[in-house]
Amino acid sequence: MSEQMMSPPVRPALSEIDFNYGQIRRDMFVRRVGKFLFLLNPIVSYFFLWAPIVVLVILSFNKNKTVSVWGGFTFDWYLEIFNGTSQFTGDMVSALRNTLFIAVISTLISTIIGTMVSIALERGIFPGKKIVDAVLYLPVVIPEITQAVSLAVFFKFLFDAFQGFTGRQPTLGFGTIIIGHVVFSVSFVVITIRGRLSDMNPRYEEAARDLGANEWLTFWRVTFPLILPGIISGALLAFTLSLDDYIVTFFTNGVGTNTLPIFVYGLLRKAISPEINAISTVLLLASMVLVGFSLFIQGRGANRT
Amino acid sequence: MAVTTTNSQYMKDRARRQGIFLSLPAVFWLGIFFILPVLIVLAISFMTPTTDGAGGQLPLTLNHYADAFDFWKARPIYSTIILRSIWISLITTLICLVMGYPLSFFIATRKSQYVRQFAMFLIIMPFWTNFLVRTYALKTIIAPEGTLAGILNAVGGLGMLVNGKLTWLNTREAVILGLVYSYLPFMVLPIYAVVEKFDFRFVEAANDLGANDWKTLLRVVLPMTAPGLVAGFILVFIPTIGAFVTPDLLGGTQGLMISNLIQQNIRGSGANYPRGSALSAVLMLLVTIGVIIYLRYGDREVA
Repeated sequence: MSEQMMSPPVRPALSEIDFNYGQIRRDMFVRRVGKFLFLLNPIVSYFFLWAPIVVLVILSFNKNKTVSVWGGFTFDWYLEIFNGTSQFTGDMVSALRNTLFIAVISTLISTIIGTMVSIALERGIFPGKKIVDAVLYLPVVIPEITQAVSLAVFFKFLFDAFQGFTGRQPTLGFGTIIIGHVVFSVSFVVITIRGRLSDMNPRYEEAARDLGANEWLTFWRVTFPLILPGIISGALLAFTLSLDDYIVTFFTNGVGTNTLPIFVYGLLRKAISPEINAISTVLLLASMVLVGFSLFIQGRGANRT
Repeated sequence: MAVTTTNSQYMKDRARRQGIFLSLPAVFWLGIFFILPVLIVLAISFMTPTTDGAGGQLPLTLNHYADAFDFWKARPIYSTIILRSIWISLITTLICLVMGYPLSFFIATRKSQYVRQFAMFLIIMPFWTNFLVRTYALKTIIAPEGTLAGILNAVGGLGMLVNGKLTWLNTREAVILGLVYSYLPFMVLPIYAVVEKFDFRFVEAANDLGANDWKTLLRVVLPMTAPGLVAGFILVFIPTIGAFVTPDLLGGTQGLMISNLIQQNIRGSGANYPRGSALSAVLMLLVTIGVIIYLRYGDREVA
């Protein structure tokens, strides 16, 4: 056995091998085409992903009212929005206020109940755990339009029934929007926090209990500080989802509770103008800052443990 | 030892009780505001619409489902749009696959870690920015008198303009373009996760054993990265089949999809809750089929 391995295989002289030159030529051609496409692909892809955004930002500085002809550089559109001379400013400010209010409340609720259920699922053993687990993943999978429509129909019937009993008709508004936002964001909060919890060694908690801390103290002194980065990134995710949501808000929205996406959508459907480009650029910048902040927090959290 | 056992047993009991208590708020919230509404919608989908359309009544009927699946009728508006949605979604997923697969390899084979991170960042960043704004950005480019039309006019049209205008907006193709633009990152992320761990010595081995590049791709590389492909397929297919904003902004009546039809039946002028509910149920069914395929063939570790 070992001797066989020692002796090198007999290699025929090159002149004796009958190369299939046609096949080799074809293979080399395929390789060259492949290499070319392999280099072309990222150029096309990155251009495709970024060109519209870059064009949008550039056009927001366009003096010309159209988006097809460049008429020189100007800050006018931004100035109009920020000094309030634009027709959109009033609506936009109130929409921004509504959006932030809804995002803050729904993030608070989904982060609190999301953290609780994450701990229950990671650390607890109780009947029905698998069902809770499955139900939590459903809002991620089910199309948003289905969730939104179901909620709209549900509120319609609930409010009609309420009117039947009390004679007063409740209206859609902040309450219904917040309820809808919590439904879709709690799943994402749970996924984020559970990732953090499963990385954390449960012996820290056991040690705290052994040293006499009760459940409450164990949570606040041991578990909470250790999973805090997870909670923060979950909360930021919920916040971003709420800020950007259009569909659920549209179906649970009442009078005077327009959010920024609802307001922006109304604009975008109407026409294309440099003013809307400027508003869009501001929104792009805002979400980039938010993402940068979120990545920064996550990076710090990862460094700590 | 005995003490430890009792202690851990005691803690297990506590955890069990505490677990139920801690999960209650989320369970109630999702139960009342998610599961119950979905069940109500399922129930209504089998009912006859009330006179104002905003509700269901007896007798029970299967008409709305019959409409949705009747592909042979003379004017099958509902089934046409359902088929179109599946078609748009499949084509979008396929284009994302063809674009995203080599792209993942390109990123994963960069030598410097910083270049790789930056290349991924450039993929993820658009995906984190506001969805509406991105779709609008695309619209400014392909609009009849948009940026592309301006550029084409400047270079003489190239035969792509009709009366100096671009006719791309409000077509099915515009919807596909918009969906690929929005969901390409969903394809790249799971494929990259697999390709990153791929051992390129397998390619060398295949070449040494006489396989050409084409055979190496089909017999070695594709099977070994299949879990990422399946995950990417599902991550693109599921959201695109239920897409609402993209067809609404870019598709016009030509590119209408299921979600737009549901919206018209629930919040539009001619409300018909049972019909909207049935379409909603059909959409859930399509997504469920996707998820089943994923659970059957996909690698759960990836996504």
